[in-house]
Amino acid sequence: MQDPDRRAAGSPPDAPLAFVTKVKGALRICAVDPEARRQGIVPGLTLADARVRQPALAVADMDSDADRHWLDQLAQRCTAWTPLVTVVPPDGITLDITGTDPLFGGEAGLITLVEDALAATMVTLRLATAATPEAGQALARHARLPVEDEACAIRALPVLALGLAEDATTALRRAGLNTIGDLAVRPSASLAARFGSQAVTALRRVLGEEQAPITPLPRSERLRFERRFAEPIGHQASIAACLAELLLEAADVLEQRDLGGRCFALTLFRSDGHRQRLEIETGLPTRDPAMVLRLFDERIAALADPLDPGFGYDSIALAVPVTEPLVASQPRLDGQANGGAALTELIDRLTTRLGADSLRRLVPQDSHVPEQAQLALPAIRTPPPTPWPAPPAGEPPLRPLFLFDPPQPVEVIAEVPDGPPHRFRWRRKLHEVRLYEGPERIAAEWWRRKGGENPRQGGLTRDYYRIEDARGRRYWIFRHGLYEEKPDPRWYLHGLFA
Amino acid sequence: MADEAPRHALGLASLDAALGGGLAGGQIHEIYPAESDDAGAAIGLVMAMTVGIVDRSLPVMWLRSRRAVRSAGVFQANGWAELGGAPGHALVGVVADTVMLLRAAVDALRCSALGAVIVEGWGPMPELDLTASRRLALAAEKSGVPLFLLRCDAQPMPSAARTRWKVAAAPSRALPGNAPGRPTFDITLLRQRSGPCGLAWRLEWDRDQCQFHETEVSGAVASVPVRRPLADAGSGSPGSRIAA
Repeated sequence: MQDPDRRAAGSPPDAPLAFVTKVKGALRICAVDPEARRQGIVPGLTLADARVRQPALAVADMDSDADRHWLDQLAQRCTAWTPLVTVVPPDGITLDITGTDPLFGGEAGLITLVEDALAATMVTLRLATAATPEAGQALARHARLPVEDEACAIRALPVLALGLAEDATTALRRAGLNTIGDLAVRPSASLAARFGSQAVTALRRVLGEEQAPITPLPRSERLRFERRFAEPIGHQASIAACLAELLLEAADVLEQRDLGGRCFALTLFRSDGHRQRLEIETGLPTRDPAMVLRLFDERIAALADPLDPGFGYDSIALAVPVTEPLVASQPRLDGQANGGAALTELIDRLTTRLGADSLRRLVPQDSHVPEQAQLALPAIRTPPPTPWPAPPAGEPPLRPLFLFDPPQPVEVIAEVPDGPPHRFRWRRKLHEVRLYEGPERIAAEWWRRKGGENPRQGGLTRDYYRIEDARGRRYWIFRHGLYEEKPDPRWYLHGLFA
Repeated sequence: MADEAPRHALGLASLDAALGGGLAGGQIHEIYPAESDDAGAAIGLVMAMTVGIVDRSLPVMWLRSRRAVRSAGVFQANGWAELGGAPGHALVGVVADTVMLLRAAVDALRCSALGAVIVEGWGPMPELDLTASRRLALAAEKSGVPLFLLRCDAQPMPSAARTRWKVAAAPSRALPGNAPGRPTFDITLLRQRSGPCGLAWRLEWDRDQCQFHETEVSGAVASVPVRRPLADAGSGSPGSRIAA
């Protein structure tokens, strides 16, 4: 369950891994990977003992909240197979497949389906089916899989599988009752007298003699609002009025649930069966009908083919497929609008009109290759703002304002072959070099290439020169390849300085 | 009415005096590169001006046309950071045509949460007539957001702009080892509504102090009347300092 990516930095990737947590002042191991288990590290050991046994042990902190979050998400995915899903902390999920398994080709078909779907998550999966949720959990945790005969397998389970408190389990073992089969043959009244009624309840549930319903995860209802008309409507004003009504209705429901929509989809059903779907996105969750209506106006105005009602629309539906929590906020006392809200509205509006790829924010990328140093992400989906590293003080600008993509070839005359350019021709104009600085040598990302660590296979090195011509224009020029890498390297103009 | 616009000092006494205290906020400032090769310098000057007058926590919106990307290249955030800007806050919009560019600009100017709007237009832009320009000016005046209108590859046209500049790249003061120095520009104030025009400066942008310095100009100093006809206002040689 624990995420191996959380392993401590610097440890070799194949070292045995253990997760620790603090129990009564001592660091104890609470989860291990298969490699560590093979080397004799078991949960419950103190970290000091484990280090003595295996000095190369990689250790990470247990993060049970993250695990629980991950498990909840996994449980949500499982609702694809049945509506009744519940989480059994810390690492189990129970699915009530009564009546749903025929849809997926029976029990066996469903098991294969679940295995295939979860194979991508790289977790160790133990699947079992049984008559009751408790029996299923007990088999999945303690039985030898796959289970051939359910009743036999249950009777062969250790008493630990009942999930009783630790002292109750110990008491059962001391009494010589090691398996559930041992308990099942004894009269329940004497068991209840000696080990408590919980033991009997747990036993009856595992044996399938008593059914307890599971508490399924709450299902989120789809937010869909619809109007149907006795007569098809085609008038622009009626459509707008209907949309406004639907938005008000949606706003009410969203407000009751403290939600705001990030995406709104309008579907117009024409009387001849044609349907048109319009979607808008917002940068922040919203339920303000006027704002959403304005965005839909933008969307309709930006359509390549205008809206054609034909003989009219039979029905209009509004769906809110993506929602996020949004609690009521307090307006400012001085009545001024919040600046951030105005900006988000602007971003939403321009994005709706121009398309998500047109309005972008720039995010730094960790790469030394100039054209890969920034990532332009759609502003509507990017949280503001990302700090950019400050340039060193006292230096002139070392990076250009604009980069050509692709770099533009130039003809260069250099005084010595691997020296700086003396004059160059770009866009049919000759530029005399007055000042230059360089070369700034930037190697290709050889580690991304197959066999790049070998000489001459890692890609061409670039020698960059900062250049000012006689008129004072500043350029960034590079020679693509060193003379030992390539016989006749080309020159390119890559960027413009201020 | 326009004189009540807030002023943002650029840090150079003679320049601020000519502008009546600094660059006016909530107004249009048009910038024309002297030649198409000076586009980089003109854009750099706009960025430097933006850094000088806009609060760093306010986002700047940069609107470009597709042609701008083809002609000048892809906008680089670290280049802006090298001039002292805060590119993390910036929004960069690339739009298909002039009408879209102007519509987006009007919408952006109505949003007072922005620090400045920069529109980079290439080519003649016949859609930007006096009406469109007036619309932009009204939006800017209402929100107090300045608009820098870069007109690359274009001839000056009548407009509602407060100031109009011609910008050319100028040789920088060389650093030790003959390396190119700080960005240097030759700027000419072609036109200013209700103010002197026809003045020229050679400016050097100091990123560390976030202000402009005037550099010494070599060569002859020509004396030209302050108010001379607009037609030949831009034809003075870029190196000459015109008496203020």
